[in-house]
Amino acid sequence: MSGVQVETRRETARAGAAASVLDRWGHQLQRLPLHLVIIIFIAIWIVPTIGLIVNSFRNVQDMSNAGWWSALFPPHGFSLDSYNQVLQTENVATSIFNSVLITVPATVIQLAIATMGAYAFAWMKFPGKDIFFIVIVGLMVVPIQMTLIPVLQLFHTFGLAGTFIAVWLAHSGYGLPFEVFLLRNYLGGLPREIFESAEMDGAGHAVRFLRIAVPMTIPAIASLTIFVFLGVWNDLLVSLTFLGSSPNRPFTVVITQLVTSLGGGWQFLTAAAVLQMSLPLAVFIFLQRYFVRGITSGSVKG
Amino acid sequence: MDQIITAAIAVVGVPLVLLGYIILGERVIERLPDHLQTWIRPYFWALPAIGFATIFMVYPLVRTVFLSFRNNADTDWVGFTNYVYFFTFPDTLTSLRNSLLWLVFYTLFAVGLGLIIAILLDRVRYESLAKIAIFLPVPISAVAASIIWKFMFDYQPPGTVQTGTLNAALGAFGGQPVAWLVNSTTNNPALIFVGVWSITGFCMVIISASLKSISTEVLEAARIDGANELRIVQLIVTPLLWPTITVVGTTMIINALKTFDIVFVLTSGAYDTDVIATQMFRQLATHHLSRAAAVGVVLFLAIVPLLVVNIRRFQQQEETR
Repeated sequence: MSGVQVETRRETARAGAAASVLDRWGHQLQRLPLHLVIIIFIAIWIVPTIGLIVNSFRNVQDMSNAGWWSALFPPHGFSLDSYNQVLQTENVATSIFNSVLITVPATVIQLAIATMGAYAFAWMKFPGKDIFFIVIVGLMVVPIQMTLIPVLQLFHTFGLAGTFIAVWLAHSGYGLPFEVFLLRNYLGGLPREIFESAEMDGAGHAVRFLRIAVPMTIPAIASLTIFVFLGVWNDLLVSLTFLGSSPNRPFTVVITQLVTSLGGGWQFLTAAAVLQMSLPLAVFIFLQRYFVRGITSGSVKG
Repeated sequence: MDQIITAAIAVVGVPLVLLGYIILGERVIERLPDHLQTWIRPYFWALPAIGFATIFMVYPLVRTVFLSFRNNADTDWVGFTNYVYFFTFPDTLTSLRNSLLWLVFYTLFAVGLGLIIAILLDRVRYESLAKIAIFLPVPISAVAASIIWKFMFDYQPPGTVQTGTLNAALGAFGGQPVAWLVNSTTNNPALIFVGVWSITGFCMVIISASLKSISTEVLEAARIDGANELRIVQLIVTPLLWPTITVVGTTMIINALKTFDIVFVLTSGAYDTDVIATQMFRQLATHHLSRAAAVGVVLFLAIVPLLVVNIRRFQQQEETR
């Protein structure tokens, strides 16, 4: 009796499974256009970058004889010629080095100052605080073009034109409003009780800032560091304006100047572009979580 | 070598100086009478940040407005001459027109594609992998992105081998090659597309995060009631995403108005592709300072409405904090 029941149950289950497989197939078939559209989007968004990377491993002669896709089939003809050529081009190797020397201090300076300012805005009361902060929110969207001429004149007056110090300061000035804004929101969200009990234990503001506020803000500072670092590394306008013809100019400026001055035969710059973007891509791939969190939490920055 | 030492000093020195400033400053302030303490301390803490903002943003802003009404040598007032130049000279008018094109199409496509891709990817299992692909151009600099697309748009005369991806694809379908970046009907759309390509991933990530916060129960209920997917997107998803879309949209408008790198690298503003920011840079590079200042002020005025919107939004957020 019970054996028969089990048998029928199994059969219905089997029939059901068969139907659901068919169903699933039918369902997937219906969804085919969806997958196709997505694949087209993905192709548009990654093929150009792949093309550049493939081309960077071919010599200039090959690049002008056939498109990058021809290197996907034998004979591939891959070579490091473009990399050799670009690194031997005047200024390029120095400019990569300059980029590092500009980016690291600029990032450290602005984040240190921003964290301190954000603490004041988050945990202190003072007359004019709201107005100061609204000005900071407003400054976040002011185009830096609006400031270039007077700042350039200031640098000339103080003999800083064309120096690293000039771009460190300029980047810091331009980056601060957004960083103060973001860090103040984060610091302001920390539990009040911690600061109050520290105060009752006799901890002054210096201790509360260095021992409580900064360690608790590390996640926000870490995300922000990535963005500030990449922002300065990728910057063109600030360096072009303040270091345009100086031997201290960074990689982006040198690449841009080579693109416009070379005319024909610029193809070996593929290698330069790959070198320039390898750092941001590595940061993105290895620190993806911080990256996405940073974007979704502070989505106002342009 | 000297430069490395300077940089190292800056990296270690600046935080140390700030640390000394905080510790020594607090020592002094703690000795002061109470009412003086509460008065001085906040300004002491906010001073470096406010100082930087004043020197690099507030003062230059005022000074640029001032310069835009002066002659080039900064010796005499010239009234609106620099503005009249901007609004009557054909080249600068072209840059104004192009910035408007950027504003409309860059914003529309970046936000629109970001929204569409976020909604589509929400429905497939390989979502996170697909997102990485779309997001990939975001960390890439505009300079590198421009070189990437210089190859995509590459043009060789008809009859020779097309090594540019787009022209080769056109040729495969029997079309004639197009000089994308020179032809004045295709160059502005081409440049704007490079901008859209670089930023869509950014819009997608933000919109997608907000899409995930819509409760699945609402969507299920609508499906049970027989609403099709298109209706659901139109009547439920889009209205719920609207606040996010406006935030992303204003950010994109500001981006569009500030656009500089892509145009500067790919065409240097030639063949009628100039935008306000490249126009301003050219005036600056050719030492027409007061004209450059006027162009900067025009750019700033275009952004003022968005600045007001941002401040309003900030004040609303503060009220609900």
